[in-house]
Amino acid sequence: MYEKIMVPVDLAHLDRLAKAIATATDLARHYGAPICLVGVTAETPTEVAHTPEEYAEKLKAFAAAQSAAQGLAFEAAAYPSHDPAVDLDATLIAAAEEQGADLIVMASHLPGLPEHVFASNAGAVASHAQVSVFVVR
Amino acid sequence: MSETTDLTPEGPAAVIETDYAIGQDNIQPKLGPFGLDIHNPVFMISGLTIVAFVFFALALPEVAETFFGWLRPAVTSTFDWFFLLAGNVFVLVALVVMLSPLGKVRIGGMDAKPDYSYGGWFAMLFAAGMGIGLMFFGVSEPISHYTSSLAEGAGAPESWAPLAGAAGDEAEARRLGMAATIFHWGLHPWAIYAIVGLSLAIFAYNKGLPLSIRSMFYPIFGERVWGWTGHVIDTLAVFATLFGLATSLGIGAEQANAGLDFLFGLPVNDVSKVLLISGITAIALVSVIAGLDAGVKRLSEINMVLAAALLLFVIAFGPTLAILTGFFGNLGAYVEYLPALSNPFGRDDANFSQGWTSFYWAWWISWSPFVGMFIARVSRGRSVREFIFCVLLIPSLVSVLWMTAFGGTAIGLLTEGYQAIADAALELKLFTMLDQLPLAGLTSFVGIVLVIVFFVTSSDSGSLVIDTITAGGKVDAPVAQRVFWAIFEGLVAIALLLGGGLGALQAAAVSTGLPFAIVLLLGSFALVKGLLSEPRRR
Repeated sequence: MYEKIMVPVDLAHLDRLAKAIATATDLARHYGAPICLVGVTAETPTEVAHTPEEYAEKLKAFAAAQSAAQGLAFEAAAYPSHDPAVDLDATLIAAAEEQGADLIVMASHLPGLPEHVFASNAGAVASHAQVSVFVVR
Repeated sequence: MSETTDLTPEGPAAVIETDYAIGQDNIQPKLGPFGLDIHNPVFMISGLTIVAFVFFALALPEVAETFFGWLRPAVTSTFDWFFLLAGNVFVLVALVVMLSPLGKVRIGGMDAKPDYSYGGWFAMLFAAGMGIGLMFFGVSEPISHYTSSLAEGAGAPESWAPLAGAAGDEAEARRLGMAATIFHWGLHPWAIYAIVGLSLAIFAYNKGLPLSIRSMFYPIFGERVWGWTGHVIDTLAVFATLFGLATSLGIGAEQANAGLDFLFGLPVNDVSKVLLISGITAIALVSVIAGLDAGVKRLSEINMVLAAALLLFVIAFGPTLAILTGFFGNLGAYVEYLPALSNPFGRDDANFSQGWTSFYWAWWISWSPFVGMFIARVSRGRSVREFIFCVLLIPSLVSVLWMTAFGGTAIGLLTEGYQAIADAALELKLFTMLDQLPLAGLTSFVGIVLVIVFFVTSSDSGSLVIDTITAGGKVDAPVAQRVFWAIFEGLVAIALLLGGGLGALQAAAVSTGLPFAIVLLLGSFALVKGLLSEPRRR
């Protein structure tokens, strides 16, 4: 039913990602679909990488490690952004289209008061993406 | 310390290996429902110092007025030679770096591609740093220098004329007045911005250090920039930026109010001013929430189109030929008087060189952390030569054209006997000039809109800069933080406008120009040192 599953990844907070990856892995096995890990980075140096290129390398290494651990195909795609605090959702939605993903599995924190004003990332992606979105809490 | 690492596909850059990880000193407190990500202690110290200063200015307005009323002139008069000398050093360093082989270094690595088109990039350069000043001083400053130069007794110690003045000689007073104005809006201010912007860009995009003022000083202080040395530099930068913005916002609201009164009869009172500040802050808020591309850049572009339209209108419907020939004449006058005007020692025109030039230099320098950091953020992918050419030379030429069109036209009107332009209050001179051209109602309205939007673009880019500094160089801190700084800036402006003390705090902001001038001289040295270690194409 699904051709490609996209999982947005925050390399700075890998600890919050385990459940989303586990969910995506199960679905990927079930549908025989590859997983594409998508990371969005600022172009300025970040806590993860000095440059967007270094970020892309790290994401690739993370995908390779996941491939080896799960015995599944994990692709990696890094997207630089001018202002990730604001542009993250739009960048992820565009990435899903560009990567040809038809399912997005993404982690989310528990919604609180701010979500009434600013949509959470997972919420915004779910509202605006053309494809199915699986929000993992 | 540094080694050349191949970072394909953007090409080699000399990344600095440091143990410091961006965000390592950050804390993530929960403030009510909002999660924050702030640098400890820069965020708290700068926030609390600003609050303390505002309370001081409100609680003891007379003490504050007296103290800062003394401090600002003391700083700019005592150290006038230092400011003038430092300004010349910045221009020379920028030109030498541009012309030397160092100009081939590319920001972001050898093969980096520019992030923004020339249009968007230029729009943001002007909107952040100078637009608002060009609106207010474009007519008023040339008129001031022209009248003081022409006046009887120009050149005497109590005269405000630049250099020896040109008493009674209209043509020469005009050349001198234009040269002096262009001097204040030409190479020197843009060199200050270029040095700060280039240093930050190189140390962030090529060296991999956090986008924060302290990173400029890594070659000098080494690992100590991550400790208190760096905290102090960053806090000072936040302080200068916020007070610079808040006082400009307060004073700007007074001026916009006067303009709206002139046009539409809007009453000049506290209510109007508070509404203006709130309105400007509200638009700035929408802009920072929309982000760098959808908010700040788009507003800057709108502004540039409006400003260009106004400029072309004045050229087309003003004395077209006089402006076009005046452009070259004024450029010549600027070059001719530049050595004398920028001479730091043995000046006989203390009122001018201390009251105008030295004050301007301190003001530009106190704004440089903000403007420089914003320019740095949007300049990835430009070569050093291209960067300096576009941040130093082209804006200087635009300033010459702008001053010629607005100031030159105004002086022309004055010599034809339109005395109103000399008598009008400073903030109304632009409108008095536009009044003599066709469609005055429309152009004055465009002028007011430009003034307000230039404030918005300073306010939103300033909030982004303060947010990045107080988040330890992170540009992806929660949006709530930039919202906080934008509102805080508006509140500081309102508090000082109502309680008095705007002048005092402007003086405080300008006074930060002195420590920053020292800091920037060190920074120029660090910049050259950093550039020397970068790989470049043969």
